[in-house]
Amino acid sequence: MARVELQAVRKSFGTVDVIHGIDLDLASGEFVVFVGPSGCGKSTLLRMIAGLEDISGGELRIGGEKMNDVLPAKRGCAMVFQSYALYPHMTVRENMAFGLEQARLSKREIEERVTQSARMLQIDHLMDRKPKALSGGQRQRVAIGRAISRQPRVFLFDEPLSNLDAALRVDTRIEIAALHHRLHDTTMIYVTHDQVEAMTLADRIVVLNAGKVEQVGTPMDLYERPASRFVASFIGSPRMNLIEGATAEAMGAACVGIRPEHLHVAQDGPWAGKVVMAEALGSDTFLHVETAEAGRVVVRIPPGETPTPGTALHLAPDAARLHRFGADGAPLA
Amino acid sequence: MARLKTYGFYLLVAVIVLQAVFPFYYAILTSLETGQAIFDINYLPAALDWSNYRSMLSSGVFGRQFLNSAVTASAVVVLSLVLATTAAYALARIRFRGRGLLLLTILSVSMFPQIAVLAGLFELIRAFGLFNSLWALVFSYMIFTLPFTVWVLTTFMRKLPVEIEEAAIMDGASALTIIWRVFLPLMWPAMVTTGLLAFIHAWNEFLFALTFLSTDTQRTVPVAIAMISGRSEFEIPWGNIMAASVVVTLPLVVLVLIFQRKIVSGLTAGAVKG
Amino acid sequence: MDAETMTAPDLSRLARQRKRAAWAFLAPMLIVLAAVAAWPLARTIWFGFTDASLDQLGNAQWVGFQNYLHWFDYGNGQGEWEGVLADPRWWRSVWNTIWFAGLSVSIETVFGLVIALVLHRSFPGRGLVRAAILIPWAIPTIVSAKMWAWMLHDQFGIVNDMLMRVGLIDSAIAWTATPGTAMFAIVAVDVWKTTPFMALLILAALQMVPDDIYEAARMDGVPAFRLFRKVTLPLILPGLLVAVVFRTLDALRVFDLIYVLTPNTDATRSMSIYARENLFDYDKFAYGSAASTLLFFVIALITITFIRVTRMNLERED
Ligand SMILES: Nc1ncnc2c1ncn2[C@@H]1O[C@H](COP(=O)(O)OP(=O)(O)OP(=O)(O)O)[C@@H](O)[C@H]1O
Ligand SMILES: [Mg+2]
Repeated sequence: MARVELQAVRKSFGTVDVIHGIDLDLASGEFVVFVGPSGCGKSTLLRMIAGLEDISGGELRIGGEKMNDVLPAKRGCAMVFQSYALYPHMTVRENMAFGLEQARLSKREIEERVTQSARMLQIDHLMDRKPKALSGGQRQRVAIGRAISRQPRVFLFDEPLSNLDAALRVDTRIEIAALHHRLHDTTMIYVTHDQVEAMTLADRIVVLNAGKVEQVGTPMDLYERPASRFVASFIGSPRMNLIEGATAEAMGAACVGIRPEHLHVAQDGPWAGKVVMAEALGSDTFLHVETAEAGRVVVRIPPGETPTPGTALHLAPDAARLHRFGADGAPLA
Repeated sequence: MARLKTYGFYLLVAVIVLQAVFPFYYAILTSLETGQAIFDINYLPAALDWSNYRSMLSSGVFGRQFLNSAVTASAVVVLSLVLATTAAYALARIRFRGRGLLLLTILSVSMFPQIAVLAGLFELIRAFGLFNSLWALVFSYMIFTLPFTVWVLTTFMRKLPVEIEEAAIMDGASALTIIWRVFLPLMWPAMVTTGLLAFIHAWNEFLFALTFLSTDTQRTVPVAIAMISGRSEFEIPWGNIMAASVVVTLPLVVLVLIFQRKIVSGLTAGAVKG
Repeated sequence: MDAETMTAPDLSRLARQRKRAAWAFLAPMLIVLAAVAAWPLARTIWFGFTDASLDQLGNAQWVGFQNYLHWFDYGNGQGEWEGVLADPRWWRSVWNTIWFAGLSVSIETVFGLVIALVLHRSFPGRGLVRAAILIPWAIPTIVSAKMWAWMLHDQFGIVNDMLMRVGLIDSAIAWTATPGTAMFAIVAVDVWKTTPFMALLILAALQMVPDDIYEAARMDGVPAFRLFRKVTLPLILPGLLVAVVFRTLDALRVFDLIYVLTPNTDATRSMSIYARENLFDYDKFAYGSAASTLLFFVIALITITFIRVTRMNLERED
């Protein structure tokens, strides 16, 4: 129910500008992921929406209302922190009830909401424990539960899974996706470093770079039609191969990009090279190939026989999947 | 050689312990002797005579003085913790202009020679009608307990995670609620430490108590002990003095034995980081 | 000081609210500190320039520097300088104080270092030893003064007895009553009482030196004493310096110990004793205030010099 709009939003710490005029329009119920390199301002932007940082310029609206000067608790946002930030001396129940007490809800209503969100996250059996007695995954659930019980219009996550181990991260990610499905009219904004989280969770991804928006779009949009060389190299893992120099110029661009899965080993391929390293992951194999024409590139091949380092081969790019960029990094038609 | 070194080391340890506890041990010995026995020098317990303690307790005024000390020191602890906790939150967690300078100024107050404020405090205390009242002490002791308490609690609060406070802000907690419901329960180790040190300082203070109290029943124990005298050099009641000294020191020795870790951490927190 | 203090002029409601809360939280503490420190100090300084007396505080008159220094004319063309600055007893007390502080802090530093090094080793019963050395620190100064007065008693004192038994002295010494030994008695008691504080601060500094430094040095076969001189000492020097500053400031305002152990002795009269005598015993309130003021500035001067020396330590904190 809450559209989140940012208009020319800026942030400076003292004399240092960190966010340089950001425009975004997030639809109600949308799941939006902020990605970008470290220090690009993701957390800062999220904290400005939360109200934890002042907005130096521009306008923030939530549900159509201007929020620049509204207290954090009055914005209808709930936040899940990277370190969980549970109150160490309170039980799980008290942790979840604290915000509701501050909002002066009745005892009965608090109890109801806490029970309901605890059930939703299956933490009802942990209610009387202190955070110290919980595992990392359980703590993260409690942190999410605490946010849910406030019934926010907007959910804010700052790298919520980065302190969990790999297996747990996958489980919790799936759970967050399910949660979004259930709370389908709650807008969710999620900051992450993790490509997979971004691609799997997001309705739309916002790529930030040095305090500016590089591109906004659905995951597949970004993957297939990156709006800049930066986005092309940032989205996708392993990274898109970027080729400069004569080969690119021959194609009329300052730089051409080709994803590993769009390069094939072919006898008549135009690029000749030698395998430097082969990474067999089971489902795929990635070859690192040193070529004369395209420099060092990564190629994805189906599992099976893995060429040994030193093997000579030829590569053929899928012409339809080539991305061409100008000198300014913008894509060429 | 290594053997010799070990013996030497333990000899050193023994000397250190002995010099530290001997005077107190000797005070206890003396306090248990009366009459001529006091003047015979003995290194080991020779008598077990409680009459010094009995006469002291039965005089009535000593009990009163002990209570004065206890009440004053406790009030000082409570007041300085209350004043310092909120102030420390502001100094540790809220950014405002001049914060660093303010902290330095507060710290410098703890270096104040107390004699330099004595004349002005005397006037102030008389003007408020607090002369010869324990409140005069509670008030004046703030000069050394408050800066120290603020300093230690500020350093401690700085180390509490920011995200917990931000979570509380998102939950709609006011600054006072954050202090009371979120930080205070996490701060009790620091509160115990600073409270203990404030208590010990207040319990031991002499100059202000000597100056601002004038009647026997109002005095604190240190002043009372300093005032015990005889008609002549040969009539000084050393037995009584030692008994009173033992009684006034015992609570501190107990505190030290129980809380030595906390006391040490408080002492060093106040200084090393200064 | 920090970048945030210069943030954009229009702060959000949260920031404004927190700023307001900050001052509301600080106010009670600042008011109390002002009332108990700043205001009395100002009044003390003012009294030093008046003719105030103990029961005439209200109508004190401004007399300028008279309490500090003035020419007293006998009326026959002769006269003499009067005032605190012309009082040999004041200068004696300044000298006593500095001598006391210098001597006792130096001895405490050495003893404190030894005790800290002992406590830095791990051995069975270390906790008990640490508790034991805390006892002198916790004992009220008055009590330790009395205990030592008894132990140093010229006729029945155990110290004389011990020294005679081991043959260091032939006859009993009146330690506190003899001008030649009174100051040493004071220093000895002060060293006994405050060395624990010094030791604990130095121990804290020692414990902050990472262990692997020692291990690396031991692997290289550096002898113990050289290790101490070249590695340990430089690393604990900042902490040691801070401890010395704290103790020096404390020693410079010495009062209780001298007041009880050697009352009315020229050889040990400190600045604090001198000031209080005049304030309350000799009914020279204004004169005593002038002395208090001088004491304040002497100590402030020493403090500022010291802070200059240990500057880095204070700045690193904020
Ligand atoms: N309180 C602050 N004062 C000054 N600069 C700050 C402050 N907070 C953040 N910055 C700066 O703002 C920039 C953006 O920081 P931010 O934390 O938003 O990055 P991020 O994108 O979340 O990075 P990461 O992925 O590492 O979390 C950084 O250059 C950071 O140094
Ligand atoms: Mg971040």
